Amino acid sequence: MIALHADFKLIYKLLTKIMTEKKLKLTGGTVDSVVIRFVGDSGDGMQLTGTQFSDTSAMMGNDIATFPNYPSEIRAPQGSIYGVSGFQVQIGHATVHTPGDEVDVLVAMNPAALKTNLSSVPVGKTIIVDTDSFNKKNLQKAEYDENPLLTGELNNFVVIEAPITTLTRESIADIGLDNKAMTRSKNMFALGMVFWMFSRPLKYTETFIDKKFAGKTQLIEANKRALRAGFNFAETIELISSAYTILPAKMDPGIYRIISGNTATAWGFLAASEKSGRPIFLGSYPITPATEILQELTAKKYFGAKTFQAEDEIAGISTAIGASFSGHLAITTTSGPGLALKGEAIGLAVMTELPIVIVDVQRAGPSTGLPTKPEQSDLLQAMYGRHGESPVIVVAAKSPADCFNMAFEASRLAMEHMTPVILLTDGYIANGSEPWKIKKTEDLPIIYPNDLKSSREEWMPYKRDPETLAREWVLPGTPGFEHRVGGLEKKDGTGDVNQSPENHQLMVKLRAEKICRVKNNIPLMQVDGAQEGDLLVIGWGGTYGSLFTAVNHLFESGQKIGLMHFSYLNPMPKNTEEILKKFKKFIICELNMGQLHTVMNSKFPEYDYFKFNKVQGLPFTVLELTQKFEQILNNQ
Amino acid sequence: MSEQTNPVLTFKDFQSDQEVRWCPGCDDYIILRAMLKALPEMGRKKEDFVFVSGIGCSSRFPYYVGTYGIHGIHGRAAAIATGVKLANPELSVWVMTGDGDAMAIGGNHFIHLIRRNINIKIVMFNNEIYGLTKGQFSPTSLIGQKTYTSPYGNIQPPFNPGQLTIGSSGKYFARVPGNDPKMMEELFVKAEKFKGTASIEVLQNCVIFNDGAFEEITNKETESENQIRIEHGKKMIFGKNKDKGLILKGFKLEVVNIGENGITEDDILVHDAHEADPTLHLMLVRLQNPVVMGEIRRIEETSYDEVYVERMESVAKKSPFKNLDEMFFSGDTYVVE
Repeated sequence: MIALHADFKLIYKLLTKIMTEKKLKLTGGTVDSVVIRFVGDSGDGMQLTGTQFSDTSAMMGNDIATFPNYPSEIRAPQGSIYGVSGFQVQIGHATVHTPGDEVDVLVAMNPAALKTNLSSVPVGKTIIVDTDSFNKKNLQKAEYDENPLLTGELNNFVVIEAPITTLTRESIADIGLDNKAMTRSKNMFALGMVFWMFSRPLKYTETFIDKKFAGKTQLIEANKRALRAGFNFAETIELISSAYTILPAKMDPGIYRIISGNTATAWGFLAASEKSGRPIFLGSYPITPATEILQELTAKKYFGAKTFQAEDEIAGISTAIGASFSGHLAITTTSGPGLALKGEAIGLAVMTELPIVIVDVQRAGPSTGLPTKPEQSDLLQAMYGRHGESPVIVVAAKSPADCFNMAFEASRLAMEHMTPVILLTDGYIANGSEPWKIKKTEDLPIIYPNDLKSSREEWMPYKRDPETLAREWVLPGTPGFEHRVGGLEKKDGTGDVNQSPENHQLMVKLRAEKICRVKNNIPLMQVDGAQEGDLLVIGWGGTYGSLFTAVNHLFESGQKIGLMHFSYLNPMPKNTEEILKKFKKFIICELNMGQLHTVMNSKFPEYDYFKFNKVQGLPFTVLELTQKFEQILNNQ
Repeated sequence: MSEQTNPVLTFKDFQSDQEVRWCPGCDDYIILRAMLKALPEMGRKKEDFVFVSGIGCSSRFPYYVGTYGIHGIHGRAAAIATGVKLANPELSVWVMTGDGDAMAIGGNHFIHLIRRNINIKIVMFNNEIYGLTKGQFSPTSLIGQKTYTSPYGNIQPPFNPGQLTIGSSGKYFARVPGNDPKMMEELFVKAEKFKGTASIEVLQNCVIFNDGAFEEITNKETESENQIRIEHGKKMIFGKNKDKGLILKGFKLEVVNIGENGITEDDILVHDAHEADPTLHLMLVRLQNPVVMGEIRRIEETSYDEVYVERMESVAKKSPFKNLDEMFFSGDTYVVE
């Protein structure tokens, strides 16, 4: 192991004595999966700490699922309850589909973090606290009358009290940083401790520190030393008799990387651009939690992606519509409030039949709502939130890595069918990350935009492909095909302005039929678990991980339960009704008040659907789902 | 199709097959005619023009020009045009808009297009009224003006389009009377050559809801006394007998009679459209009597789209990856066996 610095040895000896006196004992051993949550002030670096831990674990072959949970304030007042920022990761030796319900190890950097997270920690699990932060001021801010470390209220947990701030400062005192800068490294100390607990190597994080602080030798030294000090501290005090061991997960062979949903979305678009030969144009206005897509594509400008930070949401989509007219893979990214603003412009794209992808990274609403918390409450807005009969394709991603697939699919469908496509993700999968089995571009399907095929004589602006009903995409600069498109109703075929009653009805039907026929160009629905039986769980989008885990657990225990999870919401896969016919009971689970429930009731009214809804700005827990499903299964 | 790169085109080549449907007597017909005459003079291919509009009487314009075009949604023409141009910087992109479309509902896009200085031409038909919705006041309607939504007189102070353009860091502003096709045609051709956002205000008479709004300025009897047509490098002289001019007195422009009180032609200001400092240009756009026509401001700088293209190219050269796959497999990847 790593040699200890002479001075530290002394400190550690003293501490070992303290800890031994407290008779700390932890149970360790081999486990299937562990949930760890790092919580602290929004400025404490908890997101970075969590990311380092999960990335390192993934490198070791564990499957991981992460969930950053942070406040909308950038730097909320120190020590306050609403300023608590957390990062949860589940690491597993089996495939993990969620960041986990209950926390096995909670790292709480201050009293507020402990207070707000204690309810997620079951009795008997481990809590690591920074005792330095449990002073009078912080206890008051966290609304503790007495110090919970002294009252005995934590007696049922394994509490590891470590003076993390002091130890961090001691370990880096001679580097020459001021107090504030020294204290900042305390997250690395905590990370070092957890690395020891789970037998993780430090190498990955050390390389990361080298890169992050390149050129700032003092900071590199401070962070590395704090990390090592934390690791050694945990070892020296024999924090646990034998560390947790989590064997590598059984995953498909291949090359993996950890990817977040927003990055995967951006990369999916890059891949779609390559496979369609159409350059990207992204017109967007920054909005939480969608902004990273704009940032990522801007950073990857060298692949020819044009990005444009517009003056507002409406300008974002309007520039994209203009770029679509000019022949680009046109995209705009937003969240719920922005989707509301873009509604009129989406109608223009419907009328002009121009391809465009609108990404809505959903967040809890209405209005500004809970900007950093996930919800699935924009489904009906995506389906129907425009004036007039204005159908569009609606698709949804089910996990961080799946954002790559669905961004690619949204682009493919937009350009092959000449229509706007709304891609729904959410703050949970957009900020969460998981291993992505990297796809080679050669293995992705070719996208065939509905380009000009007709001769000059037979071509008309609204001449349609007989199979898909898509009109041809003819770009400015093409001689002899000059034409005008616009928001006024178009005459069938010629595209001339026309307001006759029969023509309007015909065009409304054609636009609806065009979207309906997309079902011929999307995969069939695959059911997880039982293919027929007692209970069909129905879901869509980012809840897949929790739903799958709960359903699979019951299925493996012998229940006839299946999961039908929608990636394609409008139109739905052709075999949707066939699947419904094979089950007795149905439950639709959503992070809203029942929006897919409304859609299913209108599309397939002959079935009775239970519903299970949650609107707390939090994902489903596997436990609450399992209990609900068991309740329905047992009532039969 | 002929293989000729720049075929000689005529007025007729730019007409569309659509029936023009503005009110009889509307200045819009004059603007359309001037544009159809100007387009062949610009020396560009027909397929490289794109006309973009929002909503309003002016915004029907793209249907009547036989080039590519988009009739967009209310206020958003500037944003749509931005996308058209950035996606294909080779195109000549024109925004046809009105006072309500550009400065009320589309005010945000108007000022930001101008601020960015993208090579797009804006032709704003200013009739100081809402025409298509039938007679409500607009952001350029005058105080006291009676409209259907201001039956007791408008109390909202108006925007001055020139002032708004310059206030938005505009590099180009011109004004032209709606009844002068010759001057319009010349201006359109000149504006097309300008590299950046050109903001052109046309004083356009609405015969139905605000007839005669510019009567005193554009009436053939009085125009020479009430208008001053300025050109870069020339003295700012006007009047039927070319006997009046503009001088700077203190911080204000003043109209003087040449030959009176010892004023000679030498005292008259020379128009410098290329002066970067906007002080004098602001005085010119605000002048009420006479009203200034012509290219008031024309500052040639690098346009946004030029920088945009240049940046794309320079960044592409520095790409750390040969292709997407290389990026996908770069950095922290790991193998599962």
